[in-house]
Amino acid sequence: MNTSKIMTVEEVVGSLESGMTIGIGGWGSRRKPMALVRAIYRSSLKDLTIVSLGGADVGLLCAAGKVRRVVAPFVTLDSVPLEPHFRAARQSGAVEFVEYDEGMFMFGLLAAAHRLPFLPTRAGLGSDVLRVNPDLRTVRSPYDDGEELLAVPALTLDAALIHLDRADTRGNGQYLGPDPYMDDLFAKAAGRCYVSCERLVGPGELDGPPQTLLVSRMHTAGVVETPNGGHFTDCGPDRARDEAFQRHYATSAADPDAWAAFAERFLSGDEAAYQEAVRRWHEEHEEQEEKAR
Amino acid sequence: MIATRAEICVVACAEAWRGDGEILAAAMGTCSILGARLARLTFEPGLLTTDGGAMLTAEPVPFGAPAGPVEGWMPFRDHLWLVQNGRRHVMMGASQIDRHGNTNISAVGAWERPKSQLLGVRGAPGNTICNPTSYWIPKHSTRVFVPKVDMVSGVGYDRAAELGPRASRFHDLRRVVTDLGVFDFGTPDGAMRLVSTHPGVTVEQVAAATGFDLVIDGDVPETRQPTDEELRLIREVLDPRSLRDREVRA
Repeated sequence: MNTSKIMTVEEVVGSLESGMTIGIGGWGSRRKPMALVRAIYRSSLKDLTIVSLGGADVGLLCAAGKVRRVVAPFVTLDSVPLEPHFRAARQSGAVEFVEYDEGMFMFGLLAAAHRLPFLPTRAGLGSDVLRVNPDLRTVRSPYDDGEELLAVPALTLDAALIHLDRADTRGNGQYLGPDPYMDDLFAKAAGRCYVSCERLVGPGELDGPPQTLLVSRMHTAGVVETPNGGHFTDCGPDRARDEAFQRHYATSAADPDAWAAFAERFLSGDEAAYQEAVRRWHEEHEEQEEKAR
Repeated sequence: MIATRAEICVVACAEAWRGDGEILAAAMGTCSILGARLARLTFEPGLLTTDGGAMLTAEPVPFGAPAGPVEGWMPFRDHLWLVQNGRRHVMMGASQIDRHGNTNISAVGAWERPKSQLLGVRGAPGNTICNPTSYWIPKHSTRVFVPKVDMVSGVGYDRAAELGPRASRFHDLRRVVTDLGVFDFGTPDGAMRLVSTHPGVTVEQVAAATGFDLVIDGDVPETRQPTDEELRLIREVLDPRSLRDREVRA
């Protein structure tokens, strides 16, 4: 078996279609496939349903007008609690929101990953999650207890995008940080999963304990090497979150003029241009810090 | 030693976990996190605490410090499983809370098009219906303590009662700690009751900062003072950089 699944960022995004339901891995501002998200930002895709433990992925795609509906339990940048673009999109009514509890969200992915129509849980009962999702149904236990539980429908995805620390050319993916998040569930819940990675290696060259091998090639449709492709989110042991740049993003996103300048400077070119623009920004930023001292 | 208001709050938060034994003390907010670790260092040594991330630390670590030696691993998925399992007592924040302990961290205003989109419900629905839950609210005001929350994220006693005894059998709101006092729901209909006021705070002050009628039974005691040992642990071990003072001003 020597079929390589290597793709470019543009090829991955070119295989997606408007109107799709797309799952995005990571958690908040942690290990998000931002290089792929930025490529969607630049694309002509629209009317997407984004399923995510949301961070700047959701924010950026809302800002670009790519999103019809967000399915999420939260959208946050972690060290910056609220995501400005998502807030603006909600407050202007620009996007629909399917708001789930975190446990419900995980059960929805688990159901999809195991080809079940739903999974039962107590999480969500009694809360307004049921009020704002009138399509949700409960199910009664068929056993003696007769308990009524929330039936979380499967969160089946047309495609999933995840970012891992390492992957091989066959599409096996490895995480080296402290938390797998839900990335393997996203992979299994999706018709096809695309893995971006910090570093691509040959088959058999994924070093580390076997339990770090999170995603199997059987679930991977394509793999793309995107060094620093998780920027500015936290990314495994290699790269901590770029807090200074995230603050710059969040401050810019909260103001239309500042955002126009940010988009022009960082998001008007391809991924290489983005990385170069960030490098220059840091140089300037550090010079300014130096002067301020 | 004279305790600051923040230190009173840390100890009041710690008291939430008294008697809990070997369960995960999950905490959000500076005083709450410090409280969980203080409880473990003193009267509740069986508690499990995290480094703020996926690690269960072998010993309680200072606020913001790296995990050091680890005794367990608790990535997000296992947190969510543990919520369903129940061996967890979480102390969450709330942007709004009502008389029966319904809370909102999702959005302010009409949900369909909110005036202010906040975090989203996060794990609040599951937390409140599956495992013991307390709240830490650093700024007690009528903006937070409201007659009716705009979006029920965390489930209160009236909502739990409507679910019936079976579905709500794990619902257990323990206490609410604020910068002004301590509250619980130990009333026949699960309405919020003033348990104690912090030193220097009057019952009238608390009532004025609360947008609904609190249950106030007779003479309300003062929240207990930290012991000298507790103050030493807070100041020298857990929070030498005094981050607690950024959350609750002296």
